[in-house]
Amino acid sequence: MSARSAIDKARARSAWVFVAPMLIVLALVAAWPLARTIWFSMTNATLVDLTDYDFIWFDNFVVHADGRWYGIFTDPQWLRALWNTLVFAAVSVSLELVLGVIVALIVNAALPGRGLMRAAMLVPWAIPTVVSAKIWQWMLNDQFGVVNAMLEGAGFIDGPIAWLGGSSLAMVSIIMVDVWKTTPFVALLVLAALQTLPKEIYEAAKVDGIHPVKVFFRVTLPLIKPALVVAVIFRLLDAMRMFDLVYVMTGSSEETMTLSVFARQALVSFQDVGYGSAASTGLFLIIALITVIYIMTLKPLGKEAS
Amino acid sequence: MKGKAALKTGGLVALWIVVALFLLFPFYYAVVSSFREGSAIFEASLWPANPTFANYEAVMTDQPFATNILNSLIVAVSVVALSLGLATFASYAFGRAKFKGRRLLLYTILGVSMFPQVAVLSGLFEIVRLFGLYNNLLSLVFSYMIFTLPFTVWVLTSFMRDLPVEIEEAAIMDGASSWTIVTKVFLPLLAPALVTTGLLAFIAAWNEFLFALSFTLTNEQRTVPVAIALITGASQYELPWGNIMAASVIVTVPLIVLVLFFQKKLVAGLTAGAVKG
Repeated sequence: MSARSAIDKARARSAWVFVAPMLIVLALVAAWPLARTIWFSMTNATLVDLTDYDFIWFDNFVVHADGRWYGIFTDPQWLRALWNTLVFAAVSVSLELVLGVIVALIVNAALPGRGLMRAAMLVPWAIPTVVSAKIWQWMLNDQFGVVNAMLEGAGFIDGPIAWLGGSSLAMVSIIMVDVWKTTPFVALLVLAALQTLPKEIYEAAKVDGIHPVKVFFRVTLPLIKPALVVAVIFRLLDAMRMFDLVYVMTGSSEETMTLSVFARQALVSFQDVGYGSAASTGLFLIIALITVIYIMTLKPLGKEAS
Repeated sequence: MKGKAALKTGGLVALWIVVALFLLFPFYYAVVSSFREGSAIFEASLWPANPTFANYEAVMTDQPFATNILNSLIVAVSVVALSLGLATFASYAFGRAKFKGRRLLLYTILGVSMFPQVAVLSGLFEIVRLFGLYNNLLSLVFSYMIFTLPFTVWVLTSFMRDLPVEIEEAAIMDGASSWTIVTKVFLPLLAPALVTTGLLAFIAAWNEFLFALSFTLTNEQRTVPVAIALITGASQYELPWGNIMAASVIVTVPLIVLVLFFQKKLVAGLTAGAVKG
């Protein structure tokens, strides 16, 4: 037996000892609570007493009783929350992707002060989400907000707009704040990818007189695609579970309620652990589906093979 | 030709300024608002006419905001210490050893980091109640592991994998145990990575809202995000915006300073996973 393989064997033996504490914590904080949530989703448990409940199978999801349909899948409010979440995720992630690439291309120019620009990009990301929500809530205040004052001053609007007051504008506002907060993050990822690109290609394209727009779509975009895919997946999963921004800016308003806000409202505010767990489980299944698709498309890591 | 280049540079600079203004204006406006008092706050002008610290005094005296900051610090620091401790050993195994089920485990952990937090809420409620941790900061230290641990394990594993093999082999030949290798050989080499991941975990814990909102009840046990979200005035329709903006500035300035100070490392940490795939 060579020294190398003896080392490998010794390492493999001790590996489990090193991994075990982390796995135990993760099992306690993730696996077990998830299993319990799924269990509770098939019960009528309440927050008052979590030990006293009946097992009711899938009645929290969908059931036909007394000539009516019950359960989250037929609950107009849950369906509305699902729609809101999908709209929020699709629109905000698309905008963040397009704007993130544009901002990255702008900032990638070799001008003095690039470092400062990159620093400025970190600011919205560094501000806690709750704080961003409060700042924008204040800026979008219908009576005293600076946004209305500026728009009025510039003559774009005649009277104050109720940005967050129960209309489709509330969703527009929330998407706008999310785009403000997260575009810089996407731009930083794209910027990092842009800076790994070989300069020779661009010089060759310049010599050949190829139009910059064509260079972007033919050369740059395919090369940064892997980074973009990762950014989109992470943003999409984040957007699907959106809670804090919506909860702080518009509370439980039906126009903007997301699946996470719905689940927490049922669980904590209405104390209905069964129904709330069913809503949580529904969201979990949707996100698990996206995650599994993502992991399946991952190429095996190069270093894993060796 | 020269004129065209100058025009292009000028256009780019103009674009930079527009982007920078859009990024920075909201925080600037929060700072300006925080220095306005009384009716002055309702004038939507872009600079404070008579700056005053009254809002800052009010937010510290009207409510236990200093306690809230301390709570956030205690929770975030404990979470970072625990996650880094557990993740360092785990990442040694994941990064250096070949064992059965290693890849499956790593991908499971990646999957956990994508969990919607609300999916574990009722299960966590049960555990928190069982151990009597409701309205106790320990419930937050415990529950925050769900998002800091997977992420620290992944980032540290990728750093661990890139460390040279020779150092470790020399140590093994000298008869060092795995424990010695991790604590004496790898830990110093990992220090920069620990700073980056620790900082990212700290920010995530400092900003967390859903668990903090659900597992605490009294103002004295609240962390900063919950305290700020729940600042109320005399009535529901008279939010004390000056206080809210002052509180926002207090908790954001240290974060911005930290982030700017460590910006190179942070960007490297944030993009490590993404670019390497």
